[in-house]
Amino acid sequence: MPVCSIHCGRNAVLKRPKTGDALCKECFFEAFESEIHFTITRAKLFKPNSTVAIAASGGKDSTVLAYVMKMLNEKYNYKLKLFLLSIDEGITGYRDDSLNTVKQNRDDYEMPLKILSYKDLYGWTMDEIVAEIGRKNNCTFCGVFRRQALDRGAHLLKVDCLATGHNADDIAETVLMNILRGDVARLNRCTSIVTDNGDGIPRVKPLKYTYEKEIVMYAYFKKLVYFSTECVFAPNAYRGHARMLLKDMEKIDPSVIMKIIQSGETLKVKSTAKLPTLMNCTRCGYISSQETCKACVLLEGLNKGLPKLGIGKSSKVKKALDDIQQNDSLCCSARGNSNVNNIKDLKDKKCLCLGSQNVLSVQIDEISLEKLTVE
Amino acid sequence: MCYVSLRNVNIKNISNFAFQTGYFLISMADLKIALEFGGGAEVLVGNQKVHEVAFPSKNKVWTIGDLLYWIKDNILKERPELFLQDGSVRPGILVLVNDADWELMDTVNYELKSNDRIVFISTLHGG
Ligand SMILES: [Zn+2]
Ligand SMILES: [Zn+2]
Repeated sequence: MPVCSIHCGRNAVLKRPKTGDALCKECFFEAFESEIHFTITRAKLFKPNSTVAIAASGGKDSTVLAYVMKMLNEKYNYKLKLFLLSIDEGITGYRDDSLNTVKQNRDDYEMPLKILSYKDLYGWTMDEIVAEIGRKNNCTFCGVFRRQALDRGAHLLKVDCLATGHNADDIAETVLMNILRGDVARLNRCTSIVTDNGDGIPRVKPLKYTYEKEIVMYAYFKKLVYFSTECVFAPNAYRGHARMLLKDMEKIDPSVIMKIIQSGETLKVKSTAKLPTLMNCTRCGYISSQETCKACVLLEGLNKGLPKLGIGKSSKVKKALDDIQQNDSLCCSARGNSNVNNIKDLKDKKCLCLGSQNVLSVQIDEISLEKLTVE
Repeated sequence: MCYVSLRNVNIKNISNFAFQTGYFLISMADLKIALEFGGGAEVLVGNQKVHEVAFPSKNKVWTIGDLLYWIKDNILKERPELFLQDGSVRPGILVLVNDADWELMDTVNYELKSNDRIVFISTLHGG
């Protein structure tokens, strides 16, 4: 049994992927926590007396983030008001258990918890969306809706800052994914430790330089309870391939994760390169590269009985949205008919209800924060 | 008297195992090992987190590498490729030997001792 590299006299329990050091439990906790503290202070992630929502999924990253944030806040007197913020997508058997874990976090760490549901935010649960669209593209919906749900939640809580549990592996994975997809715009900003989605509420990633292995080991040694089940809908999502590629490389050389993040950080896009300009969604105000943001397009599709709208190319979406506007009176017969994938399919069909306009049950503009359920 | 105390081991596995090792009934030199699966890895072994197993240890050294194949043949319920890769665990699954990182102990070459507790934790599930 090797001894701790710090020469504290204790036996090592873990080989650090970042440095190769063998550390005992106590020295590992110290290194793990002080590195996160260093990340927070160097990037000036939080201002004293601000309110910080911690995006809590019940998974390992957010559980460790909540635990460490509470601990550092007390130890270094950050003077932060910490909240847990959870999103309930409405996936039977998935969130039920993980929300219980979040509630456990709430009790264990004595932090207030707010849960927002997709049903409240969008009028649809993920189960209902899957019933419309099938399982192939539902991760598109879930991901797009989740991103906005956190921002809307941050507004509701009037927080100054939203902290997420993205770890070093996640970020390296995202860099790889954006390279594989050729998404230069996202590649450019996915390594930022602070991002702003246009609402003035910064999103910060205190675990940006923390390895996944260390997060899991930390949770294990600290006996933190977290929830771990693959999303039932996403066993083979695209991210999974990037993730396995990264894990295979990490096995050969763990420092590859830091190197990929550094490469992403130092990458500069030529000033002459054409990047999509960002604007605010004309419907909901969320930052978007299109006039209508992805969430609003997906929602429109769902409510109009065209659930596959927004899955394809954005140029087609604009056309389809314009068509919907013109054909609003015709489309109610298609509502709930998921076989209709194209607005053209509709034009040949006669409207059964003679042009009633009451198709859209949820007007996007009406989704105001007052309507959100807070637990 | 049986060398395997696993509930869900079947006759076919026992006879295979006996054939491979040349032992069938061993009482004195059993190697008792506690296996634990967590972080989502328990899904691969029928959602049973703890497995108490015993191996005949007379004239035979058991490494974790051997153990991995035994797990594959005997208790993995589904998709062995999610557990094993290239003679080791799939990258992203952490292994602890008596609460210490197996990377400190020569990983697959570690020789099992009686009453060892081996923990497998998946880092690949949920965020
Ligand atoms: Zn030490
Ligand atoms: Zn919008």
